[in-house]
Amino acid sequence: MLAFIIKRLANAVFVMLSVTFLAFVIFSAVGDPVDQMLNEQATQQQRDDLRERLGLDKPFMMQFGTFVGRAAQGDFGISFRNQRDVLDMIAERFPATFELVLVATFISLIVGVPMGVITAIRRTAWYSEAMQFTSIIGISLPSFVVGIGLILVFSVWLGWFPAFGRGETVDLGWWTTGLLTPSGRMSIVLPALSLSLFQITLVMRLVRAEMLEVLRSDFIKFARARGIPARSIHFRHALRNCLMPVVTMTAMQIGGLIAFALVTETVFQWPGMGLLFIQAVTFVDVPIMAAYLCIVALIFVILNTIVDMTYAVIDPRLRGAEK
Amino acid sequence: MGTLTKFRNGAMGGLAAALLATAAQAETVRWGAPRDIVSLDPYSYGDSYTINFLNHIYEGLVRYNRDLEIEPALAESWEIVSPTTWRFTLRKGVKFQDGSDFTAEDVLASLQRVSDETSPLKGNLPAYESAMVVDEHTIDIELNGAYPLLLNDLTNIHIFDKGWLVANNAEKPTDVSAGIEGYATFNTNGTGPFVLESRTPEAKTVLTVNEAWWDDAGHNLTRIEFQPISSAATRVAALLSGEVDFVDSAPVQDLPRLEQADNLTVLERTDLRTVMLGFNRRDELVAGGENPMNDLRVRQAMQMAVDMDLIRDKVMRGKSRNAGTLVAPSIPGYSEALDTPAVFDPEKARELLAEAGYADGFEFDFVCTNESYVNEEQFCQAIASMWSRIGLTPKLDIGPTAKQTPKRANGKSDVYTIGWATLPMLDTYSILVQMLHSKDGNSGVFNWGDWSYPELDQLTQSAAVELDRETRLQMETDALKIAKDEIIMMPLHQQPMAWAVSKGFSDFPQFPDNKPRMWYVTK
Repeated sequence: MLAFIIKRLANAVFVMLSVTFLAFVIFSAVGDPVDQMLNEQATQQQRDDLRERLGLDKPFMMQFGTFVGRAAQGDFGISFRNQRDVLDMIAERFPATFELVLVATFISLIVGVPMGVITAIRRTAWYSEAMQFTSIIGISLPSFVVGIGLILVFSVWLGWFPAFGRGETVDLGWWTTGLLTPSGRMSIVLPALSLSLFQITLVMRLVRAEMLEVLRSDFIKFARARGIPARSIHFRHALRNCLMPVVTMTAMQIGGLIAFALVTETVFQWPGMGLLFIQAVTFVDVPIMAAYLCIVALIFVILNTIVDMTYAVIDPRLRGAEK
Repeated sequence: MGTLTKFRNGAMGGLAAALLATAAQAETVRWGAPRDIVSLDPYSYGDSYTINFLNHIYEGLVRYNRDLEIEPALAESWEIVSPTTWRFTLRKGVKFQDGSDFTAEDVLASLQRVSDETSPLKGNLPAYESAMVVDEHTIDIELNGAYPLLLNDLTNIHIFDKGWLVANNAEKPTDVSAGIEGYATFNTNGTGPFVLESRTPEAKTVLTVNEAWWDDAGHNLTRIEFQPISSAATRVAALLSGEVDFVDSAPVQDLPRLEQADNLTVLERTDLRTVMLGFNRRDELVAGGENPMNDLRVRQAMQMAVDMDLIRDKVMRGKSRNAGTLVAPSIPGYSEALDTPAVFDPEKARELLAEAGYADGFEFDFVCTNESYVNEEQFCQAIASMWSRIGLTPKLDIGPTAKQTPKRANGKSDVYTIGWATLPMLDTYSILVQMLHSKDGNSGVFNWGDWSYPELDQLTQSAAVELDRETRLQMETDALKIAKDEIIMMPLHQQPMAWAVSKGFSDFPQFPDNKPRMWYVTK
C-alpha cells in the first residue's frame, strides 16, 4: 500500500512539473508584458530596463528553473499589472469560484438525478423524450450563449435577477461568502444555472444509463415479485445502487467546473479566479497566469489522487494489479 | 426612488416628500465600466484608464477643464523663470483627505516618486530633472532642457502627501521585479473631489464625496459606485435593466437598441484617437524580397485603393470620421488644410502600381489586432479585400494585441494598424517624437516601420525646445505635412465613442479623450 501511495505521489509531482512546463511554453507565445506595462510615452531605454529587471531577457530554461524553485516554496511573485501578491489575489477570488461551483453542482444533482430516474422508468413517455431532447441542447449550446440568454430573459425582460456581479458579501476572515445575504443569493442564481446546465445533462444521462442497467438486474425482479411498491423499488433500491458512480463523477467534475467556470465568470462578471485569469491573459500578466494554471492543475491532481487512493482502499484488486 | 412607490397612501405624502428631499441629497452614479482599474496607486502601471479614475481621488498641479484646456488645480499660478526652470505657486488651504496640509514638500515627494528609476510612469514626465522647495507654497521644477509641454504632462501626475508616504514606507513606487507589495496599492489619500470608501477588485469600488474639497463642487454627486463589467453584452443588459446608470463604453452595434430605450440617453462623438496604418520601410519585406513600400507611388496606390467612405458607412455604421491627417481636430498642432482625406481612385492606384513596376502586385503581411480599436477586425478585412482588387496580395494576420504587438514592434509586419490619441500629453508633439521620428535613442519608440525623415526629425527636435506656442505649433504642423506628403502613415479615421447614461442626469459632459470626469456631473 505504501509503495502504491508513493508511486501515486510521484506521478502527481510529474504531472505538476509537466503542466508548469507547458504553461511556460505557452507564455512565451502570448506576447510581451513590458509593452503593456509602460504607457505610450515610455522610451526604449525604459522598456529594456524593465525587461531586464523582470528577468525576461534570460534564457527560457533559466526563467523556468527560477519559477519552479520559487513556486515550490509557495512564492508566485507579485502581479505585473496589479502589483499585488499573486497568491493573495487568487485566495481572494477562490471563494467566489468555489461557491459558484458548489451551487452549480447542487443544482445539477437536484435536477439531474430525478430527470435521470424519470427518463429511465418512463422510457417511452413523451416527457422523457422531451427531456432527452432538451438535454442535447444543454450539452451542445456554448455556455456564453446560455449565459447571455439567461441575462436577457431574467434580468432585462423579467427583472428577477441581477445581470452581473456577486451582490453583497460577508467576510468571515478566511472566506467571503455571498450565500448569507439576500443580494448574494439572488446574484448566484443565473451564473450557477448557466454553469450547471452541462452538468445537469451529464448527471441525467449517467443516472438514466445506470438505472436501466440496475432495473434489469435480478434483485429488482425479486423485489417486484415480493410486491414492493414501484416508487419504493425505483427510488430506494434501484437509485441507491446507481449513486456510487454519480458521486464519483461529481467529485471529479468539480475540478473541471472550476476550470470551466472561466466563461461563466466572464459573462456574469463573477469576481472569481477565471475572470482574473482571462484578464491576466489579455495583459500578459505572467505571474497570475502561471499561478492560476498551477493551482487548477493542483486541484485536479489532488482530486484524482484522492479518488485513486480511495478506490485502492475499497477495491483490493487494484492494489494487487499495481504490484 | 423605487422605495417611494410603496407609499401609496395620501397621508404618507409628507413622509414621501421628506424622502424625496433626502434622495435629492444622496445622488449616486452607478458606473458600469468596461474594465477594472488595476490598482489604487496612480503610479503603478502605464494605464490612462486607471489614472483617470484615480483623478477623482488624487489631483495634479494643473488639470483639464470642460473644454480640455489646462487650468490651475493644486497650483494657483506658474511662471517660466528660465527656459529650464518653472516656478509653481501652490494653492493655500488645501487639505489631504486625512487632514494634513498640502505643501511644496508633498509636490517634491510626488515628483521624486513618479520619476524614480523603477517607476513605470517615468516616461510621463520625460523632462523632469529635479525640484526645489522655495517656500511652503512655492516650488521650482528644473528640467533637462527647454520643454514646452510640462503643463500637459503635469495634468497626469497626481500629488501624494509626503507624511503619508513616509509613514507607510511608500516613498518609492512599487517595483514589481522586487516582488514586494506597496501600501499605496491598497490605500489612498488625495486632495480630490471624492474619497475612497471601499474596493473589491473586479467587483465594486465605491467613492463618496469629499465635503472638504477646496474647489467649488460643480457636481452634486455624493457617491460613485464603480463596477467593472467586462462582457459588452452583459454591460448593455445591466444598463437596460437599470442596474447601472452610466456606461462609458457602449458597443457600436448596440447603440440603436440603447437609443430606443426610454430611460437612456446615448452620448456619441468621435474619439481623439486617430486610427492609422503604418508601413514597413526596411529594405526587405518580412517574407524576404525587395520592399516595394519604400516607393512613394506604391504607398499612394495603397492609399487610393481604400474607400474610406464605404468603411465609414458599412463597417463603422456611419459613426466614424475619416481622417486626412494624423491627429484629431482638437489636438494642438492640427491643421484643417491638411485634413483632406485621400480620394478613392482604384484606376489611378493600378496605374501608379504599374508605373512603380508592380503591375502584378506583391505579397505582404498585414497585421491587425481584434480588439484594440472599434470594429478593427472588420475594417482590416475590408481594407485587405480593397487592396486585392488592385492586384495586391495582403496576408491578413489578426490576433490579440498582446500577441500582435511584439510582431509589430520587432519589424515582423509589413502593414499594421495603430491608433494614437496623443494621450496623456494632448499635443501633436507626442506622435512626432514617439512615432514619426527616426528610431534614435529615446525617440521613435513606435516607429515600427523603421523609416527616417531627417527634415521631420529636425522639426520635431526644434519643437521640443520651442517655448513660443505659435511657433511650436507651426513646426508641428509642418512636420505633419511631411508625414502626409510622404504617406509615412496612412490615416484612416477617428473612431466613434459612445457613452450611455440614464435619463436622471441633468448634466453629463462627454470628453473627446473618452475619460469620464464625475466632478462635472449633476443628477
